[in-house]
Amino acid sequence: MDGQWLQFLASGLTAGSIYALVALGFSIIFNASRVINFAQGEFVMIGGMSAVSLTATGMPMPVAIVGAVLIAGVVGLLLERFAVGRARKADVVTLIIITIGASIFLRGLAQLVWDKRIHALPPLTGDRPIEFFGATILPQSLWVIGVTVVIVAVLFWFFNRTLLGKAMLATSYNRMAAQLVGIEVRTVLFASFGLAAALGAIAGVLIAPITFTSYDTGIMLGLKGFAAAILGGLGSFPGAIVGGLLLGLLESLGAGYVSSAYKDVIAFVIILAVLFVRPDGILGALKSERV
Amino acid sequence: MESLVHSRANVSERDPAAPRWWAAPRTGGLATLALIIALTPFALANNYFYDVAILVGLNAIVCVGLNLLIGYAGQISLGHAGFFGLGAYGSALLASRYGMPPLAALAATTAAVALVALLVGRPILRLKGHYLAMATLGLGIIISIVLANEDGITGGPDGMPVPPLTVLGWTVQGERVWYWVIGGCLLLAVWLALNLIESPTGRALRALHTSEVAAEVVGIDSAREKLKVFVISAVFAAIAGGLTAFYSGFITPEKASFMRSVELVTMVVFGGMASTFGAVVGAAVLTILPQALTVVKEYEMVVLGAIMMATMIFFPRGAVPTIGAWLARRSR
Repeated sequence: MDGQWLQFLASGLTAGSIYALVALGFSIIFNASRVINFAQGEFVMIGGMSAVSLTATGMPMPVAIVGAVLIAGVVGLLLERFAVGRARKADVVTLIIITIGASIFLRGLAQLVWDKRIHALPPLTGDRPIEFFGATILPQSLWVIGVTVVIVAVLFWFFNRTLLGKAMLATSYNRMAAQLVGIEVRTVLFASFGLAAALGAIAGVLIAPITFTSYDTGIMLGLKGFAAAILGGLGSFPGAIVGGLLLGLLESLGAGYVSSAYKDVIAFVIILAVLFVRPDGILGALKSERV
Repeated sequence: MESLVHSRANVSERDPAAPRWWAAPRTGGLATLALIIALTPFALANNYFYDVAILVGLNAIVCVGLNLLIGYAGQISLGHAGFFGLGAYGSALLASRYGMPPLAALAATTAAVALVALLVGRPILRLKGHYLAMATLGLGIIISIVLANEDGITGGPDGMPVPPLTVLGWTVQGERVWYWVIGGCLLLAVWLALNLIESPTGRALRALHTSEVAAEVVGIDSAREKLKVFVISAVFAAIAGGLTAFYSGFITPEKASFMRSVELVTMVVFGGMASTFGAVVGAAVLTILPQALTVVKEYEMVVLGAIMMATMIFFPRGAVPTIGAWLARRSR
């Protein structure tokens, strides 16, 4: 049997893991604030670019990665404090413009801090491909998939076992009720931006050795993450993971068997088709409108 | 019979709440816009300024249509640059490849885009809020990628040349002539939009914006009304796209990109949602601003992003309604 489909499976799962991490960021912020953060892709870019800069200063890789995630986290917290948190009563369209404005601002800032060139980050453990049943898999792909699995497990623990995690979940179910039992909703909102930014940055660090990074890598990754979150059902964590992996796989199979130039078109056509059949995503709760 | 006479007598008396003719949008507003269009050339020193003014007009036509959808019907679209791009490429291809007279090419393309909007609008407009944003965004991206990929037909990412606009043997050329053509089109677009807003459709849209359920209860077919305004806004975008193609003589898929859709929505929201003149102001400010910012090229994105965030945070209602409310407070 030829390893071609296995090859597509591997690259699909790699991209899908990244989309899932970005989608989780979208869902975390959406749950806390009902805001779609269009600057989510910029966290991915900031993570990747910061890691490149920090390793260039001679910092050991693990320290650089932690530093990059921290930088993105701080940017996320600042974004909440100075922009989104100030306009919480605004309507959906206004909030969308604010976060898109933030993404343009951050991209412009990245252009000033860094440059417009494409940068490469060295892979975590070598770049000798591993032969596997006729498919060749980059070690970095295994890192992407492995780290994503670990992160999902940590998030599961966080949301089910820690006070802050439970408070965030409670806020997403019913903000008013959460406030009534003494949860600081403001803190939850603040923390959600930090957490989403950190997740985005991890995705950025993981993918930079494979697809490289530049000031504008965040646009498409952000849109794909949003698409994945919508595909699975906005606000659902399992939905974000399923949506991300599904999007990555469909895209990879579409690029391999149909047309690589139309990879992105295939992804968006599938999303439209799914939305037409299930307007609340695959795992989204079907809500009926109240009169 | 008597009550009819009575009510007729009432009609002739002016409703004290209604604005006087010079302050009403359909008379005074339109006259003011016409006056501004007529007087602006005195401030346009050279062809570069004319070019910027024409771009303002073209963007304003799209925004006036988009505002009907976003501002009045309350339905977001992050893919209208797609319709703009279809209008531009359709007109260009029919005129150059198939030798159609430019105006016929523009008309045929507009009809085709209206049909596309009608077909995709029905399932898309069933979606709400962020799901609608995703679907329109996806539609726009699909269109822009197809335009960039089909290089055999569209010239690919490098774009394609467009023949000039000729009407009955007369060729529209030069910035000064185009200025008046676009100015006339903008006036027409604003007039049509204002009439639509005052029509039963306009009232239906405002009703379903507030509450779709309540609108349905009083007998409004909200799906039909939303679809109608979606098609109208797509038609405005397609016509502006076609005119842009003929005016600039060259088009690239960039005109249909996601960022271009975002730009258009930002213009509408910046000017003030549910304000037709706000859409024009938004288009003017956000078309001129990047031109002014080219002086500080490397800071352009930072400044643009900061302005977008700041206006939405401090003036969430947009420029024109905010200024209008301020003036109303002062005059009291």
